[in-house]
Amino acid sequence: MTTMTAKKQNRSTLATTLLILGAAYCLLPVLWVLIASSKSAGELFSTFTLAPSTHLWDNIVDLNNYRDGLYWRWMANTALYAGVGAAVSTLISAMAGFALAKFEFRGKSFVFNVILAGVLVPGVILAIPQYLLLAKVGMTNTYWAVLLPSFISPYGIYLARIFAAAAVPTEILEASRIDGAGDWRTFARVVLPMMRTGLVTVFLFQFVAVWNNFMLPYIMLGDDKLYPITVGLNGLLNQGANQPAMYTSVVTGALLSIIPLIALFLALQRYWQVDLAAGGVKA
Amino acid sequence: MEKGSAMSLIIDKPAAPARQVPAKAAKRPAKRSGTPYAFLAPAMILFTLFLAAPIFYAGYLSLRKVQVSGLGLGAKSRTEVWAGLSNYARSLTDPDFLPSVLRVGAYGLIVVPTMLGLALLMALLLDAARTRESISKFARISIFLPYAVPAVVASLLWGFLYLPRVSPITDLFEAVGITAPNLLSSDLTLWAVANIAIWGGTGFNMIVIYTALRAVPTSLYESARIDGASDFTIAWRIKIPIVMPSLVMTFVFSLIATLQVFAEPMTLRPLANTISTTWTPLMKVYRDAFTRNDIYAAAATSVIIALATFIVSFGFLKLVGRRAFNQED
Repeated sequence: MTTMTAKKQNRSTLATTLLILGAAYCLLPVLWVLIASSKSAGELFSTFTLAPSTHLWDNIVDLNNYRDGLYWRWMANTALYAGVGAAVSTLISAMAGFALAKFEFRGKSFVFNVILAGVLVPGVILAIPQYLLLAKVGMTNTYWAVLLPSFISPYGIYLARIFAAAAVPTEILEASRIDGAGDWRTFARVVLPMMRTGLVTVFLFQFVAVWNNFMLPYIMLGDDKLYPITVGLNGLLNQGANQPAMYTSVVTGALLSIIPLIALFLALQRYWQVDLAAGGVKA
Repeated sequence: MEKGSAMSLIIDKPAAPARQVPAKAAKRPAKRSGTPYAFLAPAMILFTLFLAAPIFYAGYLSLRKVQVSGLGLGAKSRTEVWAGLSNYARSLTDPDFLPSVLRVGAYGLIVVPTMLGLALLMALLLDAARTRESISKFARISIFLPYAVPAVVASLLWGFLYLPRVSPITDLFEAVGITAPNLLSSDLTLWAVANIAIWGGTGFNMIVIYTALRAVPTSLYESARIDGASDFTIAWRIKIPIVMPSLVMTFVFSLIATLQVFAEPMTLRPLANTISTTWTPLMKVYRDAFTRNDIYAAAATSVIIALATFIVSFGFLKLVGRRAFNQED
C-alpha cells in the first residue's frame, strides 16, 4: 500500500513538474520583455539577459517622443479596428445565426453550407484580391479598408447559430409575437439578451483575431498614421536594423502592446469557459 | 452541463452530435417569410463583397495577363488579355516556388503534431485532478497567455531571444562550456519559426481540449478506476477517444493556419538574413504582387495555395471519416 501511495505521489510530482515547465516556457518571452524594456540601448546587448536595469521610464519617454507619439496612435488604431470590428461582426453574426437557427426559409441549407465553406477558406489568401478590389473604389489606405473585411466572420455566424439554437426557446419567440412585438423588437429585447454569454465569446474571438492580424493591414495601409500596432512594430523593427538605438523602443513598444490584451484576458477569463446555464435559459 | 459548457459548445458541438439541443426547440415556419432574409442580409452582403468576390476575382486574374504592344509606352500600349493557364505554369515552375512549398510542408510537420501533442498532454495533466488547484490554475493561465500575444510581437520577442548577443540560451550553453548554436543560422531558422508558432498556439488548443474533457461526466472514469485502471490507461482508453472530435477540429484549423504562415517570418527577417523574400508561399505571393507588380502570378499562386489547403483539410477529414461540421439539418 505504501509503495502504491509513493508511486501515485511520484506521478503527481511528475505531472506538476511538467505543468510548471510548460508554464515557464510560455512565460519566458513575457518575462524577458519585462526585463529587457528596463535596459538602455547599450545594456540591451551587453548585460546578462535576465538582469533588470532602471531605464524603463526613459524608454517609455523615448517611445512617446518618437514622431510625436505615433506609437499611441497605433495603439488607438488597434483598439478601434479590434473594438469596432468585433462589435459589428458580433451583431451581424447574431442576426445571421438567429435567422439560421430559428426560421425555415428557402435556400437556408445553401446559405449555411456557403458559410461553412467560408470557415475553411484560408483568410489571408483573400487579402491581395481584397486589396485590388478596394483599390478599384479608392478605399485602400483608409480605416475602412481594415474595418470592412473584419465585419464578416463565418466562424462567428456558425457559433452564433449554435448559441441561438441552444439559448433561445421557440416558445418565447411565439409569446413575444403574440404580445404584438415586431421581429426586430423581439430580436433586440428578447433574443440578444438570451444569447449574451455566447455573444461575448464570439466578440472575444473576433477581437483577438483583428488585434493580432498583420497581413491585411500590412497590405491595405500605406500611411503609418493608420497602422495598427502589429504593422507599426514591424516597421520599427525594420528601422532598428539600421539604427540599433531603435531596438529599445521596439522592445518597450512590444511590452506596452501586450498589456491591454493580457488584462482583457484575465478580466474576461470566465468567458473562455463559462456555464451556459448562467445565460438565463431554464427550458 | 457542468463546467465549461460554453467552450465545449463552441468547440465540440461541431463533431459531437450527442450533446445537441433536444428537438424541443424545433423550428416552425415563421409567418412573415421576409424576416429571415432581412436578418441574413448584412452577413450575406458582406460575405459576397469580402469573401466570394475576392475569391472569384483572384480566379479571374490568375487567367489574365498584360500584353505590351509597340514599345510599351503610353496608356494604350498595355492591354489585359486572356492568358490561359500560363500564369499557373509560370508559378509552378518558378525556382522559388517548390522550395517554399517544401519548407512550409516541413514546417507543418513540425508545428502541428508538436503543438497538438503538447496541448493534449497539458490538458490531460490539468484534468488529472492530482495536481494542486493553485498550480493547475497558474499553469492554465500561463500556457493560455501567448494566445493574447500577436504573432508579430511573439516573433519579435523570440527573435531577440534567438540573437546570439542577447539570448539566454547562448548563456546557458556557455555556462556548460559548449559553443552555442546560432538559432538564426540557415540550418535552424525553420525550427526557430516553428517554435514561435508552437509557443503561440499550444495554449489555445489546450483550452479547447481541456474544456471538452471537463464536459465529460466523471462517473465515466469512476468504474474504470475501481477496476484498477491507471491514470495512463484512463487517459489513453477513455479520455483521448472522447476528445477525438475536438482534436480533429483543432488539427484542421492548425493546418489551415500553418499553410498561411506569413507574419512570423516577415517579422524575423530584419533579425535573420537567412529568411528570403520567398521563404513561404504566401511571402512569394506578396513579393510577386507588390514588389514585382505581377498581380497575375500572385493570383495564380494564391489559387494554388487555397486549393492545396482545401485538398489537405478535406482530405484529412475524409481520412478520419468525419464531416467538417455537424450539420443538423
